Amino acid sequence: MRTMGLAGLDELVEALGRAGYEVFGPRVRDGAMVLAPISGVADLPRGVGDTQDAAHYRLRDRGDERLFGYATAVQGLKQVLFPSHELLWRARKTPIGFDVEEADATPPKPRAFLGARDCDLRALAVHDTVLASREYADKPYQQRRDGVFVVAVTCADPGGTCFCVSQGGSPKPQAGFDLSLTELLDDDGHRFLVEVGSERGAQILAEVSTAEAVAADTDAADALVATATASMGRTLDTEGLHDVMFASADSPHWDTVASRCLACTNCTLVCPTCFCTSVEDTTDLAMTTTERHRVWDSCFGARFSYIHGGVVRESGSSRYRQWITHKLAGYQDQFGLSGCVGCGRCITWCPAAIDITAEAAALRASLPATEEDLQTVGETR
Amino acid sequence: MTATDVAREATAPGPMAPRPYRVVARRQDTHDTATLDLIPLYGEQTRWRSGQFMMLYAFGVGEIAVSISGGALPGEPLRHTIRDVGAVSHALVTSRVGDVIGVRGPFGTSWDAMDAVGGDLMFIAGGIGLAPLRPSILEAVRRRGEFRHVILLYGSRPGEGFLFTDEIEDWERNHGFTVRQGVRAGLAEMTSREEFDPLRTLTLACGPDIMMEVAAKTLVGKGVPGEKVRLSMERSMHCGIGLCGHCQLREAFLCVDGPVFSYDQLVPLLATEEL
Repeated sequence: MRTMGLAGLDELVEALGRAGYEVFGPRVRDGAMVLAPISGVADLPRGVGDTQDAAHYRLRDRGDERLFGYATAVQGLKQVLFPSHELLWRARKTPIGFDVEEADATPPKPRAFLGARDCDLRALAVHDTVLASREYADKPYQQRRDGVFVVAVTCADPGGTCFCVSQGGSPKPQAGFDLSLTELLDDDGHRFLVEVGSERGAQILAEVSTAEAVAADTDAADALVATATASMGRTLDTEGLHDVMFASADSPHWDTVASRCLACTNCTLVCPTCFCTSVEDTTDLAMTTTERHRVWDSCFGARFSYIHGGVVRESGSSRYRQWITHKLAGYQDQFGLSGCVGCGRCITWCPAAIDITAEAAALRASLPATEEDLQTVGETR
Repeated sequence: MTATDVAREATAPGPMAPRPYRVVARRQDTHDTATLDLIPLYGEQTRWRSGQFMMLYAFGVGEIAVSISGGALPGEPLRHTIRDVGAVSHALVTSRVGDVIGVRGPFGTSWDAMDAVGGDLMFIAGGIGLAPLRPSILEAVRRRGEFRHVILLYGSRPGEGFLFTDEIEDWERNHGFTVRQGVRAGLAEMTSREEFDPLRTLTLACGPDIMMEVAAKTLVGKGVPGEKVRLSMERSMHCGIGLCGHCQLREAFLCVDGPVFSYDQLVPLLATEEL
């Protein structure tokens, strides 16, 4: 393994730029950590941490020089790779009918993401499965996804709503990166331990001034990961969770959630795996040119389940049930993985402080205790 | 792949782009329902299977999922029977011969009526639900000799009117169909007939959820295996390809896992309100 200093990180961003990438990294905007284009270390936050709890998010001064000292940015990579709004196609009337021209979502430059967390990468893997591995693939997503370069960074200071460890994640990026950094800040100085995850990663790193890592560096990194792993703000009991969710379909608990839920859709907007979309058509006044736009949609919206004559999920309780049951159970049947990566964003950004881990625990507690009973409840309902 | 194939691949429209089709015939079925025959403006007619649906696009208005109501033999025009219930269906129903509409598809699972060969085939339709069954009914007409009894139970709400009445008469008179108006009474009669054989009866049903569920429960109560009762489900479908998430029913994407399901697959999914 190699290490590099702050100057090395600057060289890394420059090397990515030379290789043709548009580099995105964490930046402070409007009192929040967001993902935005950067041109060097100077653009990165310095000594900025965050405090996250249910319905609570504040940036704080860490009193140190850490560049990646926050837990999670407000949104993951979804906003760039699967944007909230995009043109799908444009159709023009012709003398005999109409012609359709599809939009090309290929970015002018491939994107590199600096600072991606393990939860972000696992969410990316979920989207790869959902959007690009089945019979029909999402063409615009693939066009944006192809060629993405990832510089992941170990999460040194998880937030109060984090529970990635419960969902099989780790503060230390496990897979899906080209390079992975662990930021070290101690008596030996401010430096980054670098792990290479791909051939492309090795090629870029070769252009950066690095040194051979010493045992003190790897030991410090291991200690940091161990501390972070032990400081998750929340936990989720995943034992038999799939069956718990399905068996809870008629639980009276849904009404207690619905009495708090505003159906504001915040949770689905910040969720890095939520993928539901709708389309909107706009037509010029002459009715000769029309465009189809795709926009994020949310299962909390009243019209989400509309079919002629009415709405399938009329009540707030049925909409919350749809969301959490899909995340924690439906995904497993559909894609063989959980729809939740444990990033905690839905908890932080819920204005009513509804907590997915607490609701799952409440549903579990309201069910008969033994597994046989669960099965029976699920099947005879 | 040759260079030409690569070029074709790169320029082939994605599954979200509609193909223009011309309306070559239109028939008014009831006061609010019309049938359109469609042929593509460019290129070959698409092939489909009975029970599948298309996404139909009215230029500048929007897109809806509509089942195919015409036969699935090569050379047949694409036929849709559409009920005027919203902005898009209104634009489609009121389109005229010569108009061009957009088509994506076909999508979804099929009825596979031929699984009933050697036994009895029962169609249960509620209202516009007769339209998605028609491709399989035509199959049964064409290969009538391969089935024992072919039964059609058809109900419709007061004032809704009846579809394909000339054809129904033809199926009954000339093709030995047993036809009953009204699903509940028809089902009671059919399942109490001496020749009713629950293990040799395949049922295909399309209509409101509650009608299908009651029919399926009745049949299963009479000893019909759940996998021999097939229902075509309707939910909000926007993309047709399992990506937009709207049509989910717990773990099922109705547009790719359905619309046709066997009742045993649906039992846990129909048990809860607003699922």
